[in-house]
Amino acid sequence: MTDNGDKTVEAKRADAPVATQDESARQSSGTTNLPAEREGPKPKLDIRNLDFYYGKHQALKNINLKIPEKQVMAFIGPSGCGKSTLLRTFNRIYSLYPNQRAEGEIWMDGQNILGKDVDVNLLRARVGMVFQKPAPFPMSVFDNVAFGIRLYERLPKADMEERVEQALRRAALWDEVKDMLHKSGAALSGGQQQRLCIARAIAVKPEVILLDEPTSALDPISTARIEELVMELSEDYTIVIVTHNMQQAARISDRTAFMYLGEIIEEGETDQIFTAPREEKTQAYITGRFG
Amino acid sequence: MNAREQARGAPKHSPTVETLFRGVSLAAALLVLATLGAIIAMLVAGAWPVIEKFGFFRFLTSAEWNPVTETFGALTPIYGTLVTSAIAILIGLPVSFGIALFVTELCPVWLKRPVSTAIELLAAIPSIIYGMWGLFVFAPFFSENIQPLLTDTLGQLPVIGALFEGPPIGVSIFTAGIILAIMIIPFISSVMRDVFETVPRELRESAYGLGCTTWEVMWKVVLPVTRAGVVGAIMLGLGRALGETMAVTFVIGNSHELNIGLFWPGNSIASTIANEFTEADSEIHAASLIALGLVLFLITFIVLSLARLMLVRMAKTYGGKS
Repeated sequence: MTDNGDKTVEAKRADAPVATQDESARQSSGTTNLPAEREGPKPKLDIRNLDFYYGKHQALKNINLKIPEKQVMAFIGPSGCGKSTLLRTFNRIYSLYPNQRAEGEIWMDGQNILGKDVDVNLLRARVGMVFQKPAPFPMSVFDNVAFGIRLYERLPKADMEERVEQALRRAALWDEVKDMLHKSGAALSGGQQQRLCIARAIAVKPEVILLDEPTSALDPISTARIEELVMELSEDYTIVIVTHNMQQAARISDRTAFMYLGEIIEEGETDQIFTAPREEKTQAYITGRFG
Repeated sequence: MNAREQARGAPKHSPTVETLFRGVSLAAALLVLATLGAIIAMLVAGAWPVIEKFGFFRFLTSAEWNPVTETFGALTPIYGTLVTSAIAILIGLPVSFGIALFVTELCPVWLKRPVSTAIELLAAIPSIIYGMWGLFVFAPFFSENIQPLLTDTLGQLPVIGALFEGPPIGVSIFTAGIILAIMIIPFISSVMRDVFETVPRELRESAYGLGCTTWEVMWKVVLPVTRAGVVGAIMLGLGRALGETMAVTFVIGNSHELNIGLFWPGNSIASTIANEFTEADSEIHAASLIALGLVLFLITFIVLSLARLMLVRMAKTYGGKS
C-alpha cells in the first residue's frame, strides 16, 4: 500500500504545477488510486454526528465523514458553508472562544478527541495547523521552528539544529533560509513565511496537518510551491485542506468533500467529484453556477 | 497641478487654509518645546543658590536636611522616592500582568466587563483618598498584622534582613510603596490589557495550535510581540509612582532621617516639597526645594531614557520590528 501511495505522489508531483494538465493528472492519479479505494483506506479521523454552534447559530449539521490516513482531503464550498469551522474542530482550536461548541464525536486512533478527558495541548501536538495568513512568531527563523520542539522535548544543541534543518528541508525552505537562520521570521516573503509556518508545524512531528486556505494570501508562484509541498507531505502525514480554489482541490487532493450551508453535500474521490458529481448542487458549484 | 485637476477646471485647494493649518500645528508643537525649556530654565535658575553653596554633587549625597542651620542634602528624599517606586513596581507589575492576562485570555465573557470597569474606576479615585485610606485603615492594619510577620521571617535573613526592620507605627517607606502599588495597578493593567488585545488572532491561534498552554502563549509569543507597549505601560506606572505627592505624604512619615530599614518613616522628593514649600522662609531653603524638583525631573528623564535603551536592545535580540 505504501508503494501505491508513493506512485500517486509521483504522478501528482509531475503534473501539479501546470493547471492545464489537470485532466491527465486526474486520470493517472485516478487509476493508481483505485486499488486503495477497494481495500478501503484506514480512516485517520472518523467524524460522527457532528454539530457545531456559534452561540445559538448552528454552523454544522450532522456531519459524518471519514478522513483516510496519509492522503489529502480537501473541503470545498462557498464562503460561510462551514468548511473552516469543520477543520477547526479537528484540533479543538475553536475551544479558545467561549461561545463556540461542538457536539458529536471525532475519533482518532480509537479516541474521541471531543471527549472531556482529552489533553487539548497534546492533541494539538498530534494535529498541527497552518492558517490563512502566515503568522511567524516574533523571533528568528531558527527559533520559530525550534519553538514547537522546545515545548515537548529537551534536546542537545546539535540534535535541535538537526531537527530544525530537517523540518525546513521538509518544508522546501532550507536552501532559501540556511544563511539567515538567525534573522527575524518577519523578514521573509509571504510565501516563505507560510512555508516557515508549515516547517514549524511539522517540526513537532504531528500525524495530521490541517491547512486553512494556506495559499489565499499568496502569489501564484508561492502557491504552486505550497501545493507541491502538500502533495509531498501526504506521503507521511494525513492532510486536510480547506480551499476556496476548486482547481487547487482538483490538483492536490485525493478526496474532496463539498459542503453547503453547514452540511456535507457530497464526498468522494476527487476525480469523481469533479468529473461525475452525483449531486446536482455539487455539479452547479464546480461548474461555477453559484458560490 | 495634475491632469485630473486641470480637467476639472480651477484647483479646489485653497493655499491660505493649507498655510494656516501648517502654521497652527507647528505652533502647537513648538509650544510643547517652549514649555519644557521654560520649566528646565526655571528649575535650574531656582536651584542655582544651592548649586553655588553646596555644589550639586554634595547636595545629592548629603543626608542632612536642617532648616535651622541651613544645611540641605537630598539623599533621604531621593532614597525614599526611588525605594517607594521600586516597591510599587515590584508589587504592582506582577499583579497588573495577572489582571491583564486574566482579562484577555482566561476571563469568562460575562465577567470581562465588570472587571475592566472596576479597574478603570480604581484609576479614577483621587490620590488624596488613597492617602487617607492608607493612613487610617491600611497603616494600622499593616503594623499590627503584616509587619511583625515580615520582621520574623524576611527580617531574620542575612544582608536583606536589614531592610525589614523599623518601629511598629505603620507609617513608613514600605507602606508608601504598597499604596503606590495599588495606585499604579489600574494604569499598568489597563494599558497592558489594551496592548495584549492588539495581538493578531492568527498569531495567538498559531501558538495554541502548536499545543502551547495559555502561559506559554503569553510568555513566549504575546509578551515579545507587545514588548514596546508593555514597557510603555510600566513607564506610565513608574512615572506616576515617582511623582505621586498626596498619597505618599500621608503615609511615608515625613522624616528627614536616612534609614535603610523599610519600616522606618522616610521622605520622598514630592512629599518633601509639598510639606515644606509654605514654610520655606530662607532663600536657600526654597532653593533647595526647587533643586529637589530638578532632581526629580532628572530621575524621570533617566528612567525614560533607560526604557528607550531597553527597547532598542530588545529589538536587537528578537530581531523584529518593535
